[in-house]
Amino acid sequence: MAEVILKNLSKSFGDQVGVEDISMTIPDGAFVVLLGPTGAGKTTTLRLISGLEKADRGEVWIGGRNVASETPAQRDVAMVFQQYSLYPHLTVRENLAFPLKSPILKTPADEITAKVDEVARVLQISHKLDNKATALSGGEMQRVSIGRALVREPSIYLMDEPLSSLDAKLRTDLRVELKRIQASLGATLLYVTHDQIEAMTMATHVGVLNDGHLVQFGTPREIYENPNSLYVASRLGLPRINVLPADVFGGVPAGTTQIGLRPEHIQQGEGQEAQVQRVEHLGDQNRLHLTLKGHPIITIADPATDYPTGTTLRIAPKNPLCFDAAGNRIR
Amino acid sequence: MSSFSVTEPTKRTKWFAGTMVIVYALITMLPLAWIMMTGFKSPADAISYPPKVVFEPTLEGYVNLFTTRTRQTEEFLAANPPETWYEEIVREYDMVIAGPSKFGERFLNSVIIGFGSTFLSIVLGTLAAYAFSRFKIPLADDLLFFILSTRMMPPIAVAIPIFLMYRQLGLSDTHLGMILLYTAVNISLAVWLLKGFIDEIPREYEEAALIDGYTRFQAFYKVVLPQAATGIASTAIFCLIFAWNEYAFAVLLTSGTAQTAPPFIPTIIGVGGLDWPAVAAGATIFLLPVMIFTILLRKHLLRGITFGAVRK
Repeated sequence: MAEVILKNLSKSFGDQVGVEDISMTIPDGAFVVLLGPTGAGKTTTLRLISGLEKADRGEVWIGGRNVASETPAQRDVAMVFQQYSLYPHLTVRENLAFPLKSPILKTPADEITAKVDEVARVLQISHKLDNKATALSGGEMQRVSIGRALVREPSIYLMDEPLSSLDAKLRTDLRVELKRIQASLGATLLYVTHDQIEAMTMATHVGVLNDGHLVQFGTPREIYENPNSLYVASRLGLPRINVLPADVFGGVPAGTTQIGLRPEHIQQGEGQEAQVQRVEHLGDQNRLHLTLKGHPIITIADPATDYPTGTTLRIAPKNPLCFDAAGNRIR
Repeated sequence: MSSFSVTEPTKRTKWFAGTMVIVYALITMLPLAWIMMTGFKSPADAISYPPKVVFEPTLEGYVNLFTTRTRQTEEFLAANPPETWYEEIVREYDMVIAGPSKFGERFLNSVIIGFGSTFLSIVLGTLAAYAFSRFKIPLADDLLFFILSTRMMPPIAVAIPIFLMYRQLGLSDTHLGMILLYTAVNISLAVWLLKGFIDEIPREYEEAALIDGYTRFQAFYKVVLPQAATGIASTAIFCLIFAWNEYAFAVLLTSGTAQTAPPFIPTIIGVGGLDWPAVAAGATIFLLPVMIFTILLRKHLLRGITFGAVRK
């Protein structure tokens, strides 16, 4: 395991920016999650670290080496691709053994068997080991592709939305399992996801990307509670943060044009009048869809509350996040 | 069946499709069947009118194909009774077997040149197609067009320059010369077909292999090649069929050591009259290798032809 440092990394594809001037330190043993919408440069970052793409500018350091001149094989990274990329002509066992048999690792046969069996057990695919890789369901393929990375002990694991096509239960199981494996190996892991629960529960650090730029890097708590822009604020949080013009409630610092209110940052019982549009019962909580002076707002309430449509509620902000016209945070 | 199904054919469509296939198969196979039958006819039966469908089979055509014969005096024939079944066949015409014909050699030449050029076309074609498919090559489209353009005129149009070049280089009537020539003609087909197949193989497989600790060539060998097997097999069949059947260049550039079967078989006609059964026997044997090769690879061929037609 090793520390990975990105220095001013840039990559364009023709006139399309992949990533622009990204600098980031992934500490040894850290679990770093990259967040961002499609096209923000998350996958490009992984590919630059792995050596599948060549950076236009900037450097990648893995374990104290500048890896600019190294091939992907020499960089000692493991990667889980979003589209699984299992070798279709091989069985599951052969797929899992493939990296161990490489000329770089040349693992002895008995060790391969032991490692493959262990990983298969953890990922609950032991019964499928002799199947062809193409004869699996999507979730099984994804687990095999995670397993193909986990059989190795590389400097860093790169994972591109590895849990995205699993069903909810398996996703939760594997999330816990992945975190456990990472913690017990002390593995360094760079993980791309859209899923806020994955980001919040697994990450030691979160990096938020926008149009190829790294806009904020910090602990999950920092990103959630102290976002430095409206963009970052809207990346985390479910339901999404409510964005309202600053003059709806007033009492904001000078220069504020819009405020961000997380659903839990809305106090009920005092303040402005809002109308209930709809109540969603989620079991552990209720979601209230309100309109306030024509602006839709979502907030949460305890599961016992039930309001008929059209009920008027008084609401007030609690610790709103203030942003200027460009979306930057005003503190 | 009571309910209508989009995927399940009805009895009537099944019956209709079956009939069509059988009729088509009969039409295409009739000439082949006729050639094979002629190979077992006597020369008289072969040219009888109306043509004979029922006849007494004889191996005369095959004996004539593989041997050269000379006419002998009655005294000689009486003094030397036939020792084998094929000598007996020849004796009916007051002839004796003088020795083996050149058919065996020519057939072997066809095998060496046909399979040799196919192998070379496939090896070079696969590597070139992989490069065109995966790497940024300057002017790749122009190069591909240039490669294809070599097929745009009938090869025989350049027969004379090639003939002169081969004479200068000492490649006339050599196995190497014919292998190179057929490879040159086939390689454009091979590159284009194989590029299509390799394009269909997602790059992620190789990328995964690169990260899993393999070099580019190892990734190509261990991951791309197995998946391109279908394309390689069908391309190989096309290449072999061309090289195997090629006639014009074979006539022009070979006369002895490297002569293939196609120019040799018609020369039988000139030796001692129109020996149609021997020609037919030669054609039958000549067909076998391609037939066997195609049957062995037909699973791939079928998939190869329909490959890419259905997107996953």
